[in-house]
Amino acid sequence: MPEFLGPFLEVLIGGLLAGILYSLVALGFVLIFKASGVFNFAQGAMVLFAALALVRSIEVLQSWGVNAGLAIVIGFLFSGALMVALAFAVERMVLRPLVNQEGIILFMATIGITFFIDGFGQQIFGSDAYQLDIGIPKESIFLLEGVFEGGILVNELDLWAGATAGLLVLGLALFFQKTRIGRALRAVADDHQAAQSVGIPLNHIWVIVWAVAGIVALVAGTIWGSKLGVQFSIAQIALKALPVLILGGFTSVPGAIIGGLIIGAGEKLAEVYIGLPYFDGGIENWFAYMLALVFLLIRPQGLFGERIIERI
Amino acid sequence: MSRFNWYVSAAAAAAMLAGTALPAFAQEQFIPVLSYRSGAYAPNGIPFANGFTDYLKLIQERDGGVNGVKLAFEECETGYATDRGVECYERLKAKGATGASAVSPLSTGITFALTEKVPGDKIPLITMGYGRSESSVGSVFTWNFPILGTYWSAADILLQHIAQISGGTAKLKGKKIALVYHDSPYGKEPIPVLEDRAKSWGYKFQAIPVTHPGVEQKSAWLQIRQSRPDFVFLWGWGVMNSTSVKEAAAVNYPRDKMYGVWWSGAEPDVTPAGDGAKGYNALALHPPGSDFVVHREVFKHVYDKGKGSAKKEEVGEVLYNRGLINAMLTVEGIRTAMAKHGNKPMTGEQVRWGLENLDLTPAKIAALGFEGLVPAVKLSCADHEGVARAYIQQWDGKKWVKKSDWIAADQSYLRPMMEAAAKKYGQGKNIQPRDCGKQS
Amino acid sequence: MLYREAGQYKTSYAEDQQIFPIRQDRIAVALIVAVALVAVPLLASDYLYTAILIPFLILSLAAIGLNILVGYCGQISLGTGGFMAVGAYAAYNLCLRIEWLPLPIAILLAGLIAALAGILFGIPSLRIKGFYLAVATLAAQFFIDWLFARIGWFTNYTPSGSIVAPQLNVFGWIVDTPMEKYLFTLIVVALFALVAKNLVRGRIGRTWMAIRDMDIAAEIIGIRPLTAKLSAFAVSSFFVGVAGALWGFVHLGSWEPLAFGINRSFQLLFMIIIGGLGSILGCFLGAAFIMIVPLVLNQVPTALGIPLSTASISHMEAMIFGVMIVFFLIVEPHGFARLWSLAKEKLRIWPFPH
Repeated sequence: MPEFLGPFLEVLIGGLLAGILYSLVALGFVLIFKASGVFNFAQGAMVLFAALALVRSIEVLQSWGVNAGLAIVIGFLFSGALMVALAFAVERMVLRPLVNQEGIILFMATIGITFFIDGFGQQIFGSDAYQLDIGIPKESIFLLEGVFEGGILVNELDLWAGATAGLLVLGLALFFQKTRIGRALRAVADDHQAAQSVGIPLNHIWVIVWAVAGIVALVAGTIWGSKLGVQFSIAQIALKALPVLILGGFTSVPGAIIGGLIIGAGEKLAEVYIGLPYFDGGIENWFAYMLALVFLLIRPQGLFGERIIERI
Repeated sequence: MSRFNWYVSAAAAAAMLAGTALPAFAQEQFIPVLSYRSGAYAPNGIPFANGFTDYLKLIQERDGGVNGVKLAFEECETGYATDRGVECYERLKAKGATGASAVSPLSTGITFALTEKVPGDKIPLITMGYGRSESSVGSVFTWNFPILGTYWSAADILLQHIAQISGGTAKLKGKKIALVYHDSPYGKEPIPVLEDRAKSWGYKFQAIPVTHPGVEQKSAWLQIRQSRPDFVFLWGWGVMNSTSVKEAAAVNYPRDKMYGVWWSGAEPDVTPAGDGAKGYNALALHPPGSDFVVHREVFKHVYDKGKGSAKKEEVGEVLYNRGLINAMLTVEGIRTAMAKHGNKPMTGEQVRWGLENLDLTPAKIAALGFEGLVPAVKLSCADHEGVARAYIQQWDGKKWVKKSDWIAADQSYLRPMMEAAAKKYGQGKNIQPRDCGKQS
Repeated sequence: MLYREAGQYKTSYAEDQQIFPIRQDRIAVALIVAVALVAVPLLASDYLYTAILIPFLILSLAAIGLNILVGYCGQISLGTGGFMAVGAYAAYNLCLRIEWLPLPIAILLAGLIAALAGILFGIPSLRIKGFYLAVATLAAQFFIDWLFARIGWFTNYTPSGSIVAPQLNVFGWIVDTPMEKYLFTLIVVALFALVAKNLVRGRIGRTWMAIRDMDIAAEIIGIRPLTAKLSAFAVSSFFVGVAGALWGFVHLGSWEPLAFGINRSFQLLFMIIIGGLGSILGCFLGAAFIMIVPLVLNQVPTALGIPLSTASISHMEAMIFGVMIVFFLIVEPHGFARLWSLAKEKLRIWPFPH
């Protein structure tokens, strides 16, 4: 075995797994954009909000003497319910009055939502760093130690994240393809007016989509929170999800996963093999965007995005 | 409500606003408190701000102010953002009877911006253990006070320590040292010292940047896993610190070979990593703990009256104590100024004189209740740092354990570097260095 | 009644084509300029200058630049902070390396360099549009951030990578006190606003708008998308670059790449959306709203003597600010500028609306 192969594989696998974590956040964006054409700036804030609700409710329950397992279950139910409530509120107070507005206006409205959630979440749940431990293992494991010196490092948490993302995508795919609501969602995504005219209630659909995106945010928040601790910075992971989005396409669920894998692996390999040796490092941030940009020049609608043909 | 009524009530509300907006400070000494209790860096900003305000409250409650002059203070939330920090400074600089006494921004970015503003406003800028390293040269940086240590001192102390445990500087030859740093002026500050020493001592130096806020560090630590440096220095802040420690654990880099600066050595930096943080070292500017005299006083005069800023069990955390010390230095600067100018509210200019002539002897420090927390400090026109020493502490999974003696930075090495850098700064700004021989 | 244009006859083309065809508007603008030039310097405090007016004016200028691109040409950009940084660092290096260069010239040249950067990063706009383009311009933002943080030459190899601006010397006028800085900024911003207003009224502005409204139709009537889009990027980046140089030199005095980070880009985009896309007035209104409202919200509780911790205040600030954004969008999705023009319409027929 050539000597460089071990470290290379390690960076590659590490990058792929990091990419999956970005995908989790990107998924939330995709869901909302697909069904309502809204570029939801608040997705990062929703991840933070969900994670804060989860970690704080578990803390409170445990201080009441509820046992750990039960507390986690109730915590999940509570924060899930909160995200659904948020979806209702957003639909009623923001989306409904702004129906039929241009994309950029709705985008701005989600910025208002972001400010609100940031302030609200921190006011209610506090702005300290909280530890989230719901029993996801975080040990490092070393694969193929016989083949490579020191083995290939993989973190269990990242593997769990990968599995969760896979399950989530599978679940979402089934939901979209097999259920009545899912079909209605796809109809709305295709054409708002046509969907409405065959009797699909647009408002309900939006609530459902935002609620699903909220649940996805809760999952992402749980994973990121277990990894980093729940604190304000996890809202900024949304920025990491943006190149994933343009690479995978704004409207494609599998695109978010594939895009995440490409971006994750690409930026880590670039950082370790180009950035640190030749440029004193720090290139991974813009490299992800450059990668996505170069890709866009070849395929302007992203990897799996719908080709929108604009004509007069 | 008729339209007329609406106008009347609006006018009344406006009048009320205007009435209460009038400054309520009479003959008080005003101290601005730039803090951050929300946003990405809140976990570190909160304990510091609590310590700072608790000490001011202690002076107020126990002594009725400084030499009979009541203190007034107001917090302003910067969110660790430079533009909000500048706005806070502008908002608070003219408050009180004599304007702001001194300002402590607790952010390198805000420090750099304010360094340009304080000479015009004549307000001293206290950057205890941070800020521009060359600003310890008081003849050029008249208004900056990096008391108790700069980053260059910190880098030098760390190098001295690892030389010592390796068996002398000669043994460092051929060793590898990596610096994992916050990609900002703060994180870049130690690089000149580490690079310069690498030339003379013969170790290999590698700087690895981590982008703000530092939640994604995988490539940095995979790099470390591959290049296996003998020591890793950590220059992080906020979530970056705990993430670094976690990632180090994940790649099995020995934590006892990791050394953080004193801003990477507080409780929120290690507790999130759990057992993974065991063995991690960091510089300590001062010991943690709440069993010093000053803490007893704070409990008695502030907390027992229900006026504390923090929860009782948070008193004595590393950053809480740093806030206490920073407030104490501010108050002592004011006190020194009063010794010359009389017991009335001091202007920023007078406080500056007070800080420059600050002489905290061991006896004074004991009287203040800071024995064991703060070394003897004496500032002068030429030296605004006063003393630069620290020790190495190690996290044992539950608390910080002192691991080395106090190590003093090598001034004979650092001073010329600082003076050269200060000279360069002064030339760019057309500052004529003060002649420190003449000043009293 | 007060605002009625009846009886104001235009007897020449020049009169018909002036910037403010209605007399009342001209009076209002003259009044605003007079207040800004005379009354403000007589009344304002240091705080008002340094914390509110100067940053407000500079950000308005940057917003004008961005609005040219987004509002007039329809190309969404999130790289504004990066182009501001190009302006600031270019001005710094010009002043440092060419010592005899007068500051205003250096700032203009810095704007030109930013324009070049704008053209370079505008090239993808020929192929992609909408939110894809917005995210793609983030590449410019992050790349430029990195460039100035990492390449020592740009910062004259200062150890911390932080830059100190030289003394502001405008042809012998040392701009030093807050009031002087304010006046200098005001003059620059007013001149540039005038230039922008004329640009968007003229031929080039109309080609931009044609591209914005329907690019294919514009192409058919003979507008080249290449020149139209890239010229929008260039002009926009020029304005933004000048604003960046002012931000560094006049407002901050000393800065690091973070001062022009991604948050600045977002902030500017918010300003033009809430102020009104495709409106110069909207840039000022939006900048005022996005920059000043949070500061006011932050100070209200203290001023009223409501005992709240600074943490709660800043959380409240974010919440109320968020609600206000949504509220104003619902009231008028096209921003404050539209709100103002609606108000003008109403005023014209007031008090007899029917």
